[in-house]
Amino acid sequence: MLNVLSKRVLIGIIAVAAVLFPLVFPNMYVLQLLTLVFIWSIAVYGFNIISGYVGYLSLAHAGFFAIGAYGLGLLTTKAGMSYWLSLLLAVLITSIAGALVGVIALRTKSHFFAIYTMCVGVIVYLLIDKWDSLTGGVRGLIGIPAPSNIGPITFDTLTSQYYLALFFLILTVFLCYRIVHSLLGRTFIAIRNSEELAKTIGISIMKNQLLAFTLSALFAGLSGALYASFIRFIGPQISAITVTFEMLMYLLVGGIGTLAGPLVGTLIVISLTQSLQFLEEYRMLIFGPVVVLLVLYYPRGITGSINGYVQRKKQQRVKIANEEHEVKRKVGEAG
Amino acid sequence: MELLIQQIFNGLTIGSVYTLVALGLTLVFGILHVPNFAHGAFYMVGAYITLMMMVGFGFHYWIAIIASVAVVALLGVVTQQLIFKKLEGADGMRMMVAAIGILLFLEAFGQFMWGTEYHRMDTPYGSVVNLFGLTVTLQRLLIIVAAVILMLALHFFLTKTMIGAAIVAMAQNREGAFLVGINANQVAWLTFAIAGGLAAAAASLASPINLVFPTMGNLVIMKAFVIIIIGGMGSIPGAILGGYLLGLTESIGATYISSDYKDVIAFLLLVVILTAKPTGLFTKGVQ
Repeated sequence: MLNVLSKRVLIGIIAVAAVLFPLVFPNMYVLQLLTLVFIWSIAVYGFNIISGYVGYLSLAHAGFFAIGAYGLGLLTTKAGMSYWLSLLLAVLITSIAGALVGVIALRTKSHFFAIYTMCVGVIVYLLIDKWDSLTGGVRGLIGIPAPSNIGPITFDTLTSQYYLALFFLILTVFLCYRIVHSLLGRTFIAIRNSEELAKTIGISIMKNQLLAFTLSALFAGLSGALYASFIRFIGPQISAITVTFEMLMYLLVGGIGTLAGPLVGTLIVISLTQSLQFLEEYRMLIFGPVVVLLVLYYPRGITGSINGYVQRKKQQRVKIANEEHEVKRKVGEAG
Repeated sequence: MELLIQQIFNGLTIGSVYTLVALGLTLVFGILHVPNFAHGAFYMVGAYITLMMMVGFGFHYWIAIIASVAVVALLGVVTQQLIFKKLEGADGMRMMVAAIGILLFLEAFGQFMWGTEYHRMDTPYGSVVNLFGLTVTLQRLLIIVAAVILMLALHFFLTKTMIGAAIVAMAQNREGAFLVGINANQVAWLTFAIAGGLAAAAASLASPINLVFPTMGNLVIMKAFVIIIIGGMGSIPGAILGGYLLGLTESIGATYISSDYKDVIAFLLLVVILTAKPTGLFTKGVQ
C-alpha cells in the first residue's frame, strides 16, 4: 500500500515539475525539445501496449503515426475542417485503421506478425510517397495550422504548445496506468507469458489482442496528429520503417513492458541525440550497438532494471525479516 | 509480344537477385528461427566493398566480388558469434530486436564510411548483345547465369557434403541434430558465412544495373521476407520459386499496371497471402 502511494506521489511530483518547468526555465530550445519528447512518448506508450505488454512486435507503428499526422494535415489543409474536429477524426481514423489491420494481422503469430506489420508499414509509406495528388508525395504537406483557440486559451506560443503536449501525455500515461493496473493489463501480460495458458483460463486471445493493437494505433495516431500541428510540415519520411525502429529503441532503452519506460527512454535518447548534434547523421553508430547490448545484457531497459533491483531489495528484506523471526522463535522454544 | 518477353527477361534478372538474398535469409532462419533483419545490411555492405575494391584499389570486377563475399561472410560469422550465439534460447522478440540493432549500426556505418550519395558501379560487361532477337545487356545475362551457378553450387553443397547435410538437419529438427552429434555452433557460423556471402554476391551482381547507396538493402530485404513467407520459412526450393515469382510479377506489373506502384505489389501480395493463410504458404506442421 505504501509502495503504491509513494509511486503515486512520485508521479505527482514529476507531473508538477513538468507543469512548473516553463515558468522556471523559459528556455525556448529546451521547451521545444521537451515538447517533442512528450509527443514522441505518446506514440511509444502505444508501442509499449502491443509490444511490451502483449508481446507482439508491431513494425507498423510509424505507419499509424503517419496516418494520424496525414489525417490531421489533410483534414485541416485540404478539407478545411476546424483543428479540434480534425484531431478527433485523425485519431478515430487511425484507430479504425488499426482495428482493421489488427483483425487480419493478429491471426499471424510471432515473426509472421512482425513481417506482416512491417509490410503494412511499408505499404503506408509507399502510398504516402506515391499518391502525389493527395499527400503531396515527396514534397510533403506544408502549412498545417497550429491548434486553434478553445475559448480564451490560445496555442500560438511555444509554451502553450508545451502544455498541450504535456496534457495529452499525462492523459496517455493515466490511461496506460489504469489499463496496466486493471484486469485488462493482467490479461495482456497473461497473453504475453503464455497464450496457451491464457486460453485455458478462459481469456479471449483475439479480442484482447485486437483491443491492445487498436489502442496502440490510437496513441500512435494521436502522437502523429500532435506532431503534424507542432512541426507544421510533414513528409513521407515520418512513416519510414526507421521511425518504427527509432521508437523501438526509445522503448528498449527506457524499459519494454514498464509504465515509466516509454517516457524515460524517449527523454534520454532524444536529449542525448540533441547533445551529440555533430553525430546526428551517425547516431546509430552508437545507438545500434546500444540496442544490441541492451538486448544481450539488460533486456528490461533502465526502468525494468531499476524495478528489478527494488524488487530484489524488498525480497531480501522480507527474507531477512523471516530469518530473524525464525531465530527468535527458536530462541523462544529453547528458552 | 516483344515487350512481354523483354519484361520476362528483366523479371528473371531481378528475380535472380531476390532469390540469392532470400536463400541466405531462409538458411539463417533455419538456425535462428526468426527473420534476420540485418541481412539487408549485409547486402549493402557487400555492394560497397565491391565498389571500394574496384574504385579504391583498382581490382578487377571478379576479384572485387570475391573479396566482398569473403568480407561479408566474415561479418556474418562475427555477428553470429558475438550476438546471436549469446541469445540462443531467448524469445523471438529479443533476437529480432538484436537483428534490428545490427541493421541500424551497419546502415550508419555505411553512411559514415562511404557517404549518403548514390554511386554507380562500372562493369566490364556493359555491352549490349543480341539474344534470339532480344537486345539485352551482358550484365543482366551474367546475373541470371551466375545466380543459377550459385544455386547449383549451394544445392550440391547441401546435399552432397557432410557439413551441408548437417545444416539441413539443424534446420529440420534441432533436437534430432543434437542427438546425432552435430556441432551446433559450427553449423550456425557456417550458415551465417554462406548467407553473408550470398548477399554480397547478389549485391555485387545487381549493383551495376542499380545504384549503390546506404539504404539500398532495405527494400530488397523486405522483399526477401515476402519471398520466404511465400515459399515457406526455411524452405530452399520455396525461396527459389518465390524469388523468381516476385521478380516476374514486379517486372510485368510495372509495365502493365503502374511503374509507380511496382514496389507495392510485393507487399500487397504478402498481405493477401497472410490474410488467406496466416501461417504462410507451404508451411510444414503446426506453428
